[in-house]
Amino acid sequence: MHELGIVFNIIDTVEDVAKEQHLSEVATVTVQIGEVSTVIPHYLEDCWNWAVKKTELLQQCKLICEPIEAITFCEGCEQTYRTVDFGKICPYCGSEHTYLLVGNEVQIKEIEAV
Amino acid sequence: MDKVKVIEIKQSVFAANDKQADELRSELKEKGIFLLNLMSSPGAGKTTTLRATIAALKDEFKIGVMEADIDSDVDAKRIAETGAKAIQLHTGGMCHLDAGMTRQGLEGLGTGDVELAILENVGNLVCPAEFDTGASKNAMILSVPEGEDKPLKYPLMFSVCDVVLINKIDVLPYFDFNLEKCVEYIRMRNPAATVIPICAKTGEGIDVWADWLRGEVNAWRNK
Repeated sequence: MHELGIVFNIIDTVEDVAKEQHLSEVATVTVQIGEVSTVIPHYLEDCWNWAVKKTELLQQCKLICEPIEAITFCEGCEQTYRTVDFGKICPYCGSEHTYLLVGNEVQIKEIEAV
Repeated sequence: MDKVKVIEIKQSVFAANDKQADELRSELKEKGIFLLNLMSSPGAGKTTTLRATIAALKDEFKIGVMEADIDSDVDAKRIAETGAKAIQLHTGGMCHLDAGMTRQGLEGLGTGDVELAILENVGNLVCPAEFDTGASKNAMILSVPEGEDKPLKYPLMFSVCDVVLINKIDVLPYFDFNLEKCVEYIRMRNPAATVIPICAKTGEGIDVWADWLRGEVNAWRNK
């Protein structure tokens, strides 16, 4: 369950921002989650709903998960393809020399606050 | 009612932990304490390897070990038998340690007289790789029965490690484990990693591993 550790990290970061900006309540937190980040949005939401009850400013705060499509680049033929569909082997030329361009991110995009 | 405002953050969820880890690393550097983060799947032989490591290096360094598990204290007891200072950390269900928990662990261990601190992370090839603990170096153990394909299946773990120990090489004749292929897969994910085949039970290769660790600890403490 690394989702729980990730939730604690999100809460820490958001609480720091809330203190800095003197916010009285945070209504939503939007996170962007890459398709191959190994984070499962559904688990993250479950952990979130449990963990925010233990906070002061985030009691009613909703977590919004936005997916980021994973794209891989092939060094062999210099084309890109959807990582989730084809994995590490390029579907165009069969090369194994590929790397992920985007899709392993887990980042906090923005918060809505009062 | 007050107006709701949108505040852009655009920060990795790991950023807060990464910052704490960097702070811990520089504090340890100042105090001359080398922290090794040892990771592997459950049953790869972390504790047995540590016992062999302590036996090889206990006359040169004062060693302290933190055993992290979800429950029980069997590992800390096995380490304490070697004469090294050891404490058991319970993660309360979490599958990894982060920088904050590692700091608490070091406080619990008491680092006043420790030169080489070792964190035996929770047995898991996924989550511990994502959270920087503040360690000076990361090591992981892959054991022969797990199979040579693990660097392909758990690429992040292999890419964050400075050294990979391939343990239980005494059973190589009984498994379809191709050592050369395994090293090739590790190189695909991490060209810079040192790979050392060992058998913690028989002691084979432990001298090579102890040499590597000795070199790293001395370099860290002298710099």
